[in-house]
Amino acid sequence: MGYTEADLEKDLEGKEYEYGFVSDFESDRIDKGLNEDVVRLISNKREEPEWLLEFRLSAYRHWLTMEEPDWAHVKYEKPNFQEIVYYSAPKPKKKLNSLDEVDPELKTMYDKLGISVEEQMRMNGIAIDVIVDSVSVATTFKDTLLKKGIIFMSFSEAVKEYPELVREYLGSVVPAGDNYYAALNSAVFTDGSFCYIPKGVRCPMELSTYFRINDSGTGQFERTLIVADEGSYVSYLEGCTAPSRDENQLHAAVVEIMVKKEAEVKYSTVQNWYPGDAQGKGGVYNFVTKRAMCDGYKSKVSWTQVETGSAVTWKYPSCVLKGDYSEGEFYSVAVTANHQMADTGSKMVHIGKNTKSIIISKGISAGVSENSYRGLVQVNKNAINSRNFSQCDSLLLGDKCGAHTFPYIEVKNRSSQVEHEATTSKIGEDQIFYCQQRGISEEKAISLIVNGYAREVLNQLPMEFAAEAQKLLAITLEGSVG
Amino acid sequence: MSTPIISIKNLHAEVAGHKILKGFNLEINEGEIHAIMGPNGTGKSTLASVISGNDEYEVTEGEVIFNGKNILELSPDERAAEGVFLAFQYPVEIPGVSNTNFMKAAVNNIREYHGKDPLKAKDFLKLMKEKQALVELEGRLTNRSVNEGFSGGEKKRNEIFQMAMLDPKFAILDETDSGLDIDALKIVANGVNTLHTKENSFLVITHYQRLLDHIIPDFVHVMYDGKIVRTGPKELALELEEKGYDWLKGETV
Repeated sequence: MGYTEADLEKDLEGKEYEYGFVSDFESDRIDKGLNEDVVRLISNKREEPEWLLEFRLSAYRHWLTMEEPDWAHVKYEKPNFQEIVYYSAPKPKKKLNSLDEVDPELKTMYDKLGISVEEQMRMNGIAIDVIVDSVSVATTFKDTLLKKGIIFMSFSEAVKEYPELVREYLGSVVPAGDNYYAALNSAVFTDGSFCYIPKGVRCPMELSTYFRINDSGTGQFERTLIVADEGSYVSYLEGCTAPSRDENQLHAAVVEIMVKKEAEVKYSTVQNWYPGDAQGKGGVYNFVTKRAMCDGYKSKVSWTQVETGSAVTWKYPSCVLKGDYSEGEFYSVAVTANHQMADTGSKMVHIGKNTKSIIISKGISAGVSENSYRGLVQVNKNAINSRNFSQCDSLLLGDKCGAHTFPYIEVKNRSSQVEHEATTSKIGEDQIFYCQQRGISEEKAISLIVNGYAREVLNQLPMEFAAEAQKLLAITLEGSVG
Repeated sequence: MSTPIISIKNLHAEVAGHKILKGFNLEINEGEIHAIMGPNGTGKSTLASVISGNDEYEVTEGEVIFNGKNILELSPDERAAEGVFLAFQYPVEIPGVSNTNFMKAAVNNIREYHGKDPLKAKDFLKLMKEKQALVELEGRLTNRSVNEGFSGGEKKRNEIFQMAMLDPKFAILDETDSGLDIDALKIVANGVNTLHTKENSFLVITHYQRLLDHIIPDFVHVMYDGKIVRTGPKELALELEEKGYDWLKGETV
């Protein structure tokens, strides 16, 4: 018997009770199942313009003709799309009165991650006395952005306030029918983020989904659209190191980034969704399409991801290097423990001349998990003098897990240069013993060694994010050796 | 009255069913330097591993009393915190972990074991600087990963540096001299001699008499087939160098 969305819901319902949240399923929710009427209803409920409904419908019709791909090195029960509820208004969480009411397990995790008390309260919807402070922080934040002409808001707000911008770029990087899950997302996406950086503007702060007001939990079908106009720069943070327990089993998000001439976007993700229990029951399916278009001369995009959560992860943040001299980067640490499965990597498509890309992927597998790197480097005929360097390392903890590398390389001209390096190693008993002999406990030794292994990628993250990610790696691998 | 710092009694140990230590006895007092010599495969490195707690080896009999405690019951990190140090014959590389971070974790873990607060960053860096100078590694460690890309000589000097940082009561040098040129050998020996006090002790495992010209032992032991077969003053090392080990084989049983 498969573990269905309903089972997970039930599991989490029990937990929600533990946390003291009220589950209010009665309000604003449509029946489960998917058909054209549901797509229309979603659009209607959100008061969307006609063109957006058309976008959804054409995506849906295309999706119907597609088949769920099964080439990834992961095993899972295919979702029953008729069992999913595609629209429900955000559930109001019950306000807790103090942190004492938060699930102790989550609380321990927060403490280990060193998340501030105020932040913990915020994440759990606890009324904070010092709320004036956090509101003012957020307001100052919005003001600063506004002055620079930066637009950063929820996707649905943007559809209402900046319809022509959204219309111009939606689907321009990831077309509605791009792949099975992107098509599904295009048809039924609920909300997400929209960000526009005007010409020549350097965004003065890291834009974090966490700061966005009205962000009441991530949606199941999230849609993110970032447009960096000519000569602009932005660093965007997605996710949070804190454990996230979502009632949705299937997550099919789409992130599109349009990078214009001489603009640069840095996109960092820390993903720590529910990975299922130690027996591999439950957990989130994370099937995401992320792609950036380096549209002009010297456009640059850099993806950095630290993936520790989800039962099944299936994603390949990609760069289409269309502009001459454009650059794409991908830095990844993917950790799988217990029964987790990840098939992740990147795609670098070189179209423009003198384009450059780099892929640094660090896989860490523990328990009985399966961790695969899959990547495509494609250099087209006209992309002369292009370069790619890929390095894919795998680290194994224990002897029951798997690490796999599937590199695909297609080069169609003679002036380009592509390098691929790969290593697989086991965390050494001798390394652990060496640390222990110096007085470092086994657990700390593993954390040191793993963080050292992932250093190159962690260094790419914004400072405070990196510190949290480091702790997260240690916590994820706790008890994996020995 | 001299106080024993470590006392090893009737120690038997094996690896994968293969008996290596066969009733090893040794007592070392505070302030003493002992040397162990002997042919390859007689169990010298095994002894070092067993004392420091490498679980590849199984102790089947005997005890190791260190500072009044039977340390065979402690984990390797606890033994280290108690004051046992092993300078590895083959120091291990840990890519991506800087020497600074590594030593900070080590020093502070040991402090924590003794109920002390972590060392302040400033004091720690000062200590790092001071101890690097001792083995002439100034500025060469801080930002590099532990032993990664180090020459053989640098690795051995790094071991002595770490020893200086942790200031152990008892240190085992497992063939620290192997692969060192004469200059590096002098640096290592000088480091050890500087650290040597009336309160701490050393066990020097070596094949060559030349190290003992620089680190003068109080006793030289000859190990053969898993136990000590002969003990003498430092001159014994010279005798061994001249005659080799064959003449000793008759003395066992």
